[in-house]
Amino acid sequence: MYDIIIIGGGAAGLSAAKEAYDPDLNILIIEREAKLGGILKQCIHNGFGIHKFNLELTGPEFAEKTADGIADLDIEVMLETTVTDIIQFKTFDLTVMNEAHGEFHLEAKSVIIATGCYEKTRSQILLPGDRPAGIMTAGSAQRYLNIDGYMVGKKVFILGSGDIGLIMARRMTLEGADVLGVAELMPYSNGLTRNIAQCLDDYDIPLYLSHTITNIVGKERLEQIVIQEVDPHFQPIAGTEKTFDVDTLLLSVGLVPDIQMFESLKFAVSPVTKGAIVDQHLQTSVDGLFACGNALHVHDLVDWVAEESERAGRYAKMYVQGTLDTHRQEDVIPGDNVRYVLPHRYDFDSADDSVKFALRSTLKAAKGTFKITQGETLIMHKKARHIAPAEMEHIVVPKEKMVSNAPITISLEVT
Amino acid sequence: MAKREMICIVCPVGCHLSVDEETLEVTGNRCPRGAKYGKKELTNPTRMLTSTVKTNATLQRRVSIKTSDEIPKGKIFEIMDELNTIDAQVPVKSGDILLKNVCDTGVDIVATTSLDR
Repeated sequence: MYDIIIIGGGAAGLSAAKEAYDPDLNILIIEREAKLGGILKQCIHNGFGIHKFNLELTGPEFAEKTADGIADLDIEVMLETTVTDIIQFKTFDLTVMNEAHGEFHLEAKSVIIATGCYEKTRSQILLPGDRPAGIMTAGSAQRYLNIDGYMVGKKVFILGSGDIGLIMARRMTLEGADVLGVAELMPYSNGLTRNIAQCLDDYDIPLYLSHTITNIVGKERLEQIVIQEVDPHFQPIAGTEKTFDVDTLLLSVGLVPDIQMFESLKFAVSPVTKGAIVDQHLQTSVDGLFACGNALHVHDLVDWVAEESERAGRYAKMYVQGTLDTHRQEDVIPGDNVRYVLPHRYDFDSADDSVKFALRSTLKAAKGTFKITQGETLIMHKKARHIAPAEMEHIVVPKEKMVSNAPITISLEVT
Repeated sequence: MAKREMICIVCPVGCHLSVDEETLEVTGNRCPRGAKYGKKELTNPTRMLTSTVKTNATLQRRVSIKTSDEIPKGKIFEIMDELNTIDAQVPVKSGDILLKNVCDTGVDIVATTSLDR
């Protein structure tokens, strides 16, 4: 019997493990790959760790530094092992598989979901046209190139301006591919602004905002794509067709928390984030089940993944030690211009000195004010600049500012 | 006076900088690193370069690398070619110098992944 099993050995799982650690607890990390680090292993570019380590690290360096953080602790790690199902009676029963032992079961008092996210594929965005080879997610291409050493194509177009798409535009260019452009359905990019500058502008790669792909042509291998401008209702505008001769189309059209394997547990899931609904302890609607990192909601910076996951680890430890109060009473509501707020629920009585909220706006604005209200009472406000849906905001509300036991609404007023 | 508008790439915040082309005065930066970056973009633009190199490791087929410091923007593709001469032998440790003074830049190529097999 383990006290805590952490599923996923990436930035989230490793950070959670470090804070969950206690010499008296049995902790296990289950990782499906042969090396710890998760997706960071293939994110070879730099820009990680500025907030957490005050250093600008590459992905593999951040991963290694985080893994080093638990190396000297008595935490068990199972590599090349996959969890296929989890059920809960009094404790959690995990169905697990690996090559050495086949299928077996593990039992835990608490489980932390740190399984990261997956990329949306062609079938999830209903791209029209032929179905040739040469169409894949940007993250798959990144793995082929940076871990396995394969170039996936020579003439490339990218749909979606998420960060992975932008990073891959530069990466493929550096490796000798001709990247003809990036199309984005929205009138703004979903990637960090610095990535537009250093990945597209530096290499004169055009960004087609308010554009989508309306045809794909190719028998065996991709031969051609057609893009079209869209109107404010995202309908293609006739006469704006542009054709590109390409052999590869990379998709960077969104990430979704990867929590399918937890279906049997039937915890509440947010229709907006597609991750679990959690309280301020990052505990899901199932007692003892915690979630953090990209498996909870998709982050733009790993620094925030690590910070959030450390909290999840800390609270899971308190749970198994019997010191975590779990009331989860009041809702946290996204107000005007706010797409979502985490945690979704909070409990005033068991709150620490403050509660940290993570949120995303629905719109892009140069300036604005986040307003935190309880009922009609404005309890706090925070000014922000360069607000964008792609850039997560954090607001820490001190407990003394909160009115006990009333729902909290966070809204954005654009000025 | 003419101003160059740019997005600072020093950190993920992405400040919108405005640099005076004559006095090199930077506005819009939220930290001193932004001022330095804005000035440099107009005088000697440099970039960190990250890529991968060949290896005899079996755990993965490529070793990720970075330049030990920023390199002139104009030398990026020349350095990319030079990286093809490297064959990193296991064990590779993150921080190992795989190539010194690449393309006479005074900058080294450093492994960013550790692979023991």
